[in-house]
Amino acid sequence: MEKFTTVTGIAAPMPLVNIDTDMIIPKVFLKTIKRSGLGVNLFDEMRYDRQGNEIPDFVLNKPAYRDAQIIVAGDNFGCGSSREHAPWALADFGIKSVISTSFADIFYNNCFKNGILPIILPQEAVDVLMKDAEKGANARMEINLEAQTVTASDGQVFAFEVDAFKKHCLMNGLDDIGLTMEKAASIDSYEAKAGTLRPWV
Amino acid sequence: MKARTLYDKIWDDHVVHQAEDGTCLLYIDRHLVHEVTSPQAFEGLRMTGRKVRAPEKTIAVPDHNVPTTLDRAKGIDNEESRIQVDALDKNAKDFGVHYYPVSDVRQGIVHIVGPEQGWTLPGMTVVCGDSHTATHGAFGALAHGIGTSEVEHVLATQTLIQKKSKNMKVEITGKLRPGVTAKDITLSVIGATGTAGGTGYVIEYCGEAIRDLSMEGRMTVCNMAIEGGARAGLIAPDEKTYDYCKGRPHAPKGAAWEAAVAYWKTLFSDEGAHFDKVITLKGEDIAPVVTWGTSPEDVLPITASVPAPESFSGGKVEAAKRALDYMGLTAGQKLTDIQIDTVFIGSCTNGRIEDLRAAAAILKGKKIKDGMRAMVVPGSGLVRAQAEEEGLADIFKEAGFEWRLAGCSMCLAMNPDQLAEGERCASTSNRNFEGRQGYKGRTHLVSPAMAAAAAITGHLTDVREMM
Repeated sequence: MEKFTTVTGIAAPMPLVNIDTDMIIPKVFLKTIKRSGLGVNLFDEMRYDRQGNEIPDFVLNKPAYRDAQIIVAGDNFGCGSSREHAPWALADFGIKSVISTSFADIFYNNCFKNGILPIILPQEAVDVLMKDAEKGANARMEINLEAQTVTASDGQVFAFEVDAFKKHCLMNGLDDIGLTMEKAASIDSYEAKAGTLRPWV
Repeated sequence: MKARTLYDKIWDDHVVHQAEDGTCLLYIDRHLVHEVTSPQAFEGLRMTGRKVRAPEKTIAVPDHNVPTTLDRAKGIDNEESRIQVDALDKNAKDFGVHYYPVSDVRQGIVHIVGPEQGWTLPGMTVVCGDSHTATHGAFGALAHGIGTSEVEHVLATQTLIQKKSKNMKVEITGKLRPGVTAKDITLSVIGATGTAGGTGYVIEYCGEAIRDLSMEGRMTVCNMAIEGGARAGLIAPDEKTYDYCKGRPHAPKGAAWEAAVAYWKTLFSDEGAHFDKVITLKGEDIAPVVTWGTSPEDVLPITASVPAPESFSGGKVEAAKRALDYMGLTAGQKLTDIQIDTVFIGSCTNGRIEDLRAAAAILKGKKIKDGMRAMVVPGSGLVRAQAEEEGLADIFKEAGFEWRLAGCSMCLAMNPDQLAEGERCASTSNRNFEGRQGYKGRTHLVSPAMAAAAAITGHLTDVREMM
């Protein structure tokens, strides 16, 4: 996984609340057996008409936001299904971070496995960043994971919280399966103990 | 000892390792697998030369892509769908996990097959690359959805890296009124809390109305915990739970059964255990409900009218405007005046035998409205067989329903069972998102009895008038 340290880039405003995983990547694209190539179908039903033409009003189709690396979103982003195709599509498009007041639990976890930093900030902060994002391509935000800050284009700084372990993995691009396999002895002894206490499992 | 919740107890019994910052390695007792969220995980194992650590605790079944038409033995027409199911066939074989192929009568929706075969038992940790894994919480099992990277992690290590969630109690007091079902409970809770109300929590459902539910009703309630944003939903096991589990193929037998029940009897929230959030609804206040919008929180009693977007606040105002536009509805319109053209009965929410019985009870001796497309998709091959034995299939067919084979079907429309643009469906499934049941399709979530009533009248209907 790619290491995440800082991102300085364009932020696309998506103020709609409850943007669900069916919107992020509709089910017709879940039939793939690969992880790659989903960026072109990110937000497919909002982004293209039935003939496959771009809908000009959709934010990521606007010239200012075509290279966005950040999304500032309404509440409860990523609700719905567990499909990791949602962060795969975001990452493949080039999105490195999503900022919102809240995220659905499974989506939030899935982001960290794919080098995407979901940032939770209070409503007032998201309101400011949403306005900033609406300014277009000249308003570049900076995200610093080490310092845990988002800096708006006018220099306003917002601090965010992130789980220390998740931060460590993201900053170092770590494969957590490898980390867990180092604890194989603990898993062995747990299985031996549980096998005695709850043999029917 | 400190008073603990049911969630605390199951969690404590599964911690393999705890780091100083509270990050835990949690042991997974059952890993359910379907064809959509697993191919990349198995591929990851191949690329790194890793094996499935506990194939005997891993159960795979194809469900999302499978055709539900009676000719499905001929194979899957859509190439991508076929490749995905073929990949699961191969992965199950190569890695030696338990498998129910499409041709097996036990095949069905993974969340129906797990409990039916006795894989799901109280006190277990159960995961699956599917958000509706919450269903298994009905047994007092800690069950939740995971992404594909985590599927690979569980396959390789039989553990998950987790931080503990907070505890939330949802109590439904008293008795339900006639015509009110588990589906109405779970939708009403989401209506009260919102789709993010449970974020960061594991919910324990309790109270007289929950105790009174059958195991199947409890599965319906827990199934939609995820729609309220919770990591999982739980219901403490009781005699109904033990009775349901007893004798199932993978449930313990003999002395092991006695030992299991003795352990299961310790699985309840202690008196005085701390809950971080408590929601209480009165059972008698819950009405048969229906969704009007494009989020499961957009729910109202069937007697209500479509709300005005201005009646909401914050970002919900715009979301409600967008929802009414998408759904083709006008504020003030009576919900019972909404005409529908499609009815879908099935899904991991409402595809079990009691759901089919409830719908058949309304349909018996009646016909669906002219021009209505109505289908029943049983949750598993065994549910289908039982419904045929009980004569339910005949009731559905005589009423004008299509009687299909088991699968996820029109709940998420990954197979050919889809809504066409502008079609409007009364559906017993769990999500009314934009495009969920087909591009520009419109979904109203209801209970099986309400779906049956709507099929007869051709519009959303208060089932109590037909009882």
